[in-house]
Amino acid sequence: MTRTGLVRASLLLFLVGLLEILCRAGVIPNFTVIPPSAMAQSLWKVLASGKFTPDIIATLANVGIAIVASMIAGIALGTLLQSWPAARRVLDPLFATYYAVPMYAFYPLLIVIFGLGDLPQVAIGFLLAVMAVIINTLNGLDRVPPVLLKAARVHGLGFFKEATQIRLPYAAPYVFTGFKLAVAYSFIGVIGAEFITSSRGIGYEISFAYNNFDNAVMYAMILFILLLVITVNMSLHTWEKRLLARRRRA
Amino acid sequence: MRWRDPLLLLVLVLLLWEILYLLVGDVALRSPAATARNLGAMLGDTRFLPHIRETLLAFVQGFAIAVVVGLLIGVPLGAARFAGEVAEPILVALYSIPKVTLYPVILLIFGIGMPAKVAFGAIHGIVPISIFAMNAVRNINPTHLRTARVMGLSPSALAWKILVPAALPEIVTGIRVGFSLALIGTLLGEMFGSQRGLGHLLMQAMSLHNIERILALTLLLVVFAAGVNAMLLAVDRHLHRGLP
Amino acid sequence: MTSHVVLSGVSRVYPGKPEVHALGPVDLELARGEFFAVVGPSGCGKSTLLDVMAGLALASSGSVSFEGKAVKGQVPPGIGVVFQEDASFPWLTVHDNIAFGLRQAGAAENEVSAQVGYAIEFMGLKDFARAYPAQLSGGMRQRVCIARTLVLKPRLILLDEPFGALDQQTRLLMGDELLRLWRETGATILLITHALDEATMLADRVGVMSARPGRFLDIIATGWPRERDSTIVSSESFGRLTSRIWTLLRGESIRALGRA
Repeated sequence: MTRTGLVRASLLLFLVGLLEILCRAGVIPNFTVIPPSAMAQSLWKVLASGKFTPDIIATLANVGIAIVASMIAGIALGTLLQSWPAARRVLDPLFATYYAVPMYAFYPLLIVIFGLGDLPQVAIGFLLAVMAVIINTLNGLDRVPPVLLKAARVHGLGFFKEATQIRLPYAAPYVFTGFKLAVAYSFIGVIGAEFITSSRGIGYEISFAYNNFDNAVMYAMILFILLLVITVNMSLHTWEKRLLARRRRA
Repeated sequence: MRWRDPLLLLVLVLLLWEILYLLVGDVALRSPAATARNLGAMLGDTRFLPHIRETLLAFVQGFAIAVVVGLLIGVPLGAARFAGEVAEPILVALYSIPKVTLYPVILLIFGIGMPAKVAFGAIHGIVPISIFAMNAVRNINPTHLRTARVMGLSPSALAWKILVPAALPEIVTGIRVGFSLALIGTLLGEMFGSQRGLGHLLMQAMSLHNIERILALTLLLVVFAAGVNAMLLAVDRHLHRGLP
Repeated sequence: MTSHVVLSGVSRVYPGKPEVHALGPVDLELARGEFFAVVGPSGCGKSTLLDVMAGLALASSGSVSFEGKAVKGQVPPGIGVVFQEDASFPWLTVHDNIAFGLRQAGAAENEVSAQVGYAIEFMGLKDFARAYPAQLSGGMRQRVCIARTLVLKPRLILLDEPFGALDQQTRLLMGDELLRLWRETGATILLITHALDEATMLADRVGVMSARPGRFLDIIATGWPRERDSTIVSSESFGRLTSRIWTLLRGESIRALGRA
């Protein structure tokens, strides 16, 4: 591990250790925060009991659907808009303000339209993620050097083949950035929606545990989500770096 | 001429809304015109105004804390290279976690009420502001600093004449992003655990299946958020003019 | 001998206020299998000439034909182009880059390997078959682009200042490579270059273009034997030819600079 990595790891260990001591000493009361070791223990128990496995699967499935849907729609729309400058110009203010709008405000509306199933949550995750994919796909496609498009014409490639064999592969690193964001936003959207109102899922179980003063389960699930999201995002980050290394001038 | 495209977009959005309404009907939507009328009526209703006040109060305080704390964290981290390198992945990780997950913890610490809402908004805003501020300070061209030393500027002149103008564009971008996120945080907090405020009203309207109110509130929030963001974006772009 | 490529009264005008008259009118006939070089001052329209000939751009007036058929807005099969900028695909290895056209045409994988292997050997890229373009120098990347074109056995090869970014020694060696390629494939070659010595050394005929709008001031036959290489630069006729071209070009270059 690098020196920065070591310092960082020590810093995090120190903070966790500090929290542990403060909790055990009673400085932080147990009805507010339980010690990290107790959180980990509880998480182990929860996972082992299998009681919340259906919720975990439900949430992950919804997140997965949101990611896949936003990638497909985002890449398709991004590719389409890049070839249609007039439409892109008109939609530009939308790109600029999209993430300023509180997407959760639409959640009640979505529930009214789609009912209380899983669809509104997936929809929120999708809506948050799709724009990031579109913006990053556009960014990547914008950077395709014109000479590659000329080469495509010399090879006799039509629009669809040029897009899938030349432009999107060139833009792949940028599309991957969009993918990273799609993953993060899908988690944020789906779990946030589960908190506000839903009947199952990790967010729902945390909310339920909170309402029933069950700190052990609550913190276990919070820890689970934090660890999961951080691990996924860090893996994607490493993968992205490796992909980019191939493209960088040696 | 520049107004033509945004206007066209607005017309398209309203048209789409109207078409959707005609398709779905009163069971789930209201028309744009009806919603505008409802919103007008709501704004005139004295029972409604305390909720707006509550949300605004929570949001403004949360945003202010986010700016101050964000800058206090970001600027030193940008200046101290090693500390910045250590902290950056931590900040980026914090940025991507669903902060909603921490709400119960905040409620446990602050209890239900205004302080918790302010905290929600604050934690949402702090992370982007600190990340942008850190990058802004970090990316100040060292040549500027050397030039300043050669010119013999005093530390305060250096700060005001060189550092602040150089870092300002990125910091403003961070503040703009922090503004939107703080608003989302405040709203989300109200939707999750509060008895007052616009977020609470929204949830109440949903459980009562009061579609007019849901749409009117959503419209209000969208217009407010988009409007302020557009203004901040104009400032942001103005500061970034001429920069690569 | 029937001509391989015929340009007749070709010009290219870019619309706008004011219009930009980039090229022409130009008349040119290329014989099958000949090596033709185009030299001219910067901005005279040499690249436009290549684009129009390849079908990458439409002529505003006049006609272009390749192998007796009109060329209009589409690149006809049988034409290969090597561009000035690096056109290698950064997401593919050298091997996959070169195999690209063959795979597009649906060739069988063992056929692809055979052809690509040969092209890699021919262009001296054997140790780099699994490398990515980003790991190669500019000259090697151009070789990848040439190999990628070569492997499709084009009958007409157009090269737009392919060695522009390289140093002088590498350029001379690449010139030798190009001659070897030319003899091996029997293709008709049109080479655009700003380097007089390169044009004189490599070509059967050299077309000297005027400043914008580009027209041929003269087309000079070099009279070299087919089996030539870079050592002809030391012959007497080389010096005479080059100075003849420069005399034509000098005034145009000054004029082009004045306009720039």
